[in-house]
Parts: sequence; C-alpha cells; structure tokens
Amino acid sequence: MPIIQTPGTEEVHPDILLVNRARQGDVQAFEQLVKQYDRQVFRIAQHITQNREDAEDVVQDAFLKAYEKLEQFQGNSKFYTWLVRIAVNESLMRLRKRRTGRMVSIDEDVETEEGSMPRDLAEWRPDPEAQYGQSELAEILRKTIQGLPPGFRVVFVLRDVEGLSTEETAETLGLSVPAVKSRLLRARLQLRERLSRYFRKKDEDGVK
Amino acid sequence: MTCTEFLAELGEFLDANVSVGLRADLEEHLERCEHCVITLRTTRKTIEIYRNHEIYELPVSIRERLQAAILAKCKKGC
Ligand SMILES: [Zn+2]
Repeated sequence: MPIIQTPGTEEVHPDILLVNRARQGDVQAFEQLVKQYDRQVFRIAQHITQNREDAEDVVQDAFLKAYEKLEQFQGNSKFYTWLVRIAVNESLMRLRKRRTGRMVSIDEDVETEEGSMPRDLAEWRPDPEAQYGQSELAEILRKTIQGLPPGFRVVFVLRDVEGLSTEETAETLGLSVPAVKSRLLRARLQLRERLSRYFRKKDEDGVK
Repeated sequence: MTCTEFLAELGEFLDANVSVGLRADLEEHLERCEHCVITLRTTRKTIEIYRNHEIYELPVSIRERLQAAILAKCKKGC
C-alpha cells in the first residue's frame, strides 16, 4: 500500500489511511480503528448514559454507524472527533429512551451558580490519591462526577479526560466555544469543590 | 485584580491560553492571594486525577465480544 501524501502538506494522519482502506472494503483496517478507540467510546458513553448496558450498546452502534457512514466522513476533520460525535449522539438517544418524559439536553444551559465561587479553600494533601485504594478512589471519582449536571459532565469528559480541543468539543456538542469554556470552568470548579472533602489536609497532618 | 477577576480567567490560565500581559497580572495576584493559589493548585490536581485514573473500565471479555460483534456485522455489509 503506497503512502498517500499530498505534496507540500504534512503527512496524512494514520487514521485517514485506515479509513481509506476501510472504504475500499478492507474490514481489517476498520478493525484497527475499533481496537484503537473502543475504550474511549465506552468511557464517553458510560459518562453520558450512566448505564453499563447502554454504554456497551453505544460502542456497537457507534462503530456500525461510523462504518455505514464512512463515505460521508470528510478528511478535513479527525476521524476520532467524528466518531466521538456519533457516540455522543447515540448516548443521548439511549439516555432519552430511558428517561422518557424527562427532557434530556446537553445544550440547554444550566441555571446554577454552584461552584462558581470556591468555598472549600483547604490545602490538599501532597499526594491526595495515595490514601485511597484503587477501587475506593474510582468510586469516589465516579460518585463525584455523576453529581455534575450532564451538560457540564460531558464537556469536562471530552475536553479534560479524552483530550479533545475546545473547538472540537464545541463542534461535537453543537455548542459555541465560549459556552464550552464557561461550562468547562464551572465543571472543573465543582469537581474540585466536591473532591476537596476527600483530599483536604486533615488537622493532624499539619502537626507532622 | 480581585479574586473574582482571577477566577474568571482561571480556565484560560490552566490551559496556558492567556496573553503575556494578562499572565503577569494573574501571577501578581497569586503572589499575594493564598486562596487563589490553593484554588489553582487543587483545580489543576482535579483535572490530573481524572485524566490519570480510568473510572470506567471495559473488561477484556466484553471488549472482545463487542469487537467480534461489530466486525461480524461489518463483514456482512452492516
Ligand atoms: Zn485571590
């Protein structure tokens, strides 16, 4: 397989090469993309749906939908970002199905001032996670992030956990860049506030 | 600069997305405000902790089952 390179531009992202091969019917190329991104898709789906079964279904449906729509993928955006957008939409659909009658939206702004002003100003322990076991820590982190409004949670997950840029996050969620920035900051501050309960220095620490 | 003004720029500061001038103002505020130092440090740590700990793991067996199901359908042309 020759390396496709447009003259005068930087190298083509390896994902694009895989996409091109998959388009020509090479299922193994698509398999590589699945193996590369299935865990991320699962995490995002789990964060949005808060339901394990749904998240597993989203992994399947998102990749199948991507495969079907591969022709429509425009090479000017990243495959990963494109895939995430499909996964976010699938996750929201599942969430709506489960919560019939209740509006589920990530684009409506959340009317809360909670967390915009830090209240807990205690210093944290130097290595705050170290005092908890692996599974205990995971439980704390899950419980804490689940308490965020969905519209904040998804912005934090895409931007800070999965590493999308602010612009990519905005594009994926159909939000403006300023809206992403404002939600991201509020999400970060709210998480910080809630984690402070677990990670703050205890009085006895100071004596040492 | 007040704490409220500092907080308004905290996101951009954490993402190293501020101009040289603004950066100097923010750093100057940090030099005399212990509260904002703590907020900055613990917020940065919050992001780091979430980034470094996988809280939703996909067990290998389920992962393999999903991969197999996806590829079987792809081979059939979906
Ligand atoms: Zn301050």
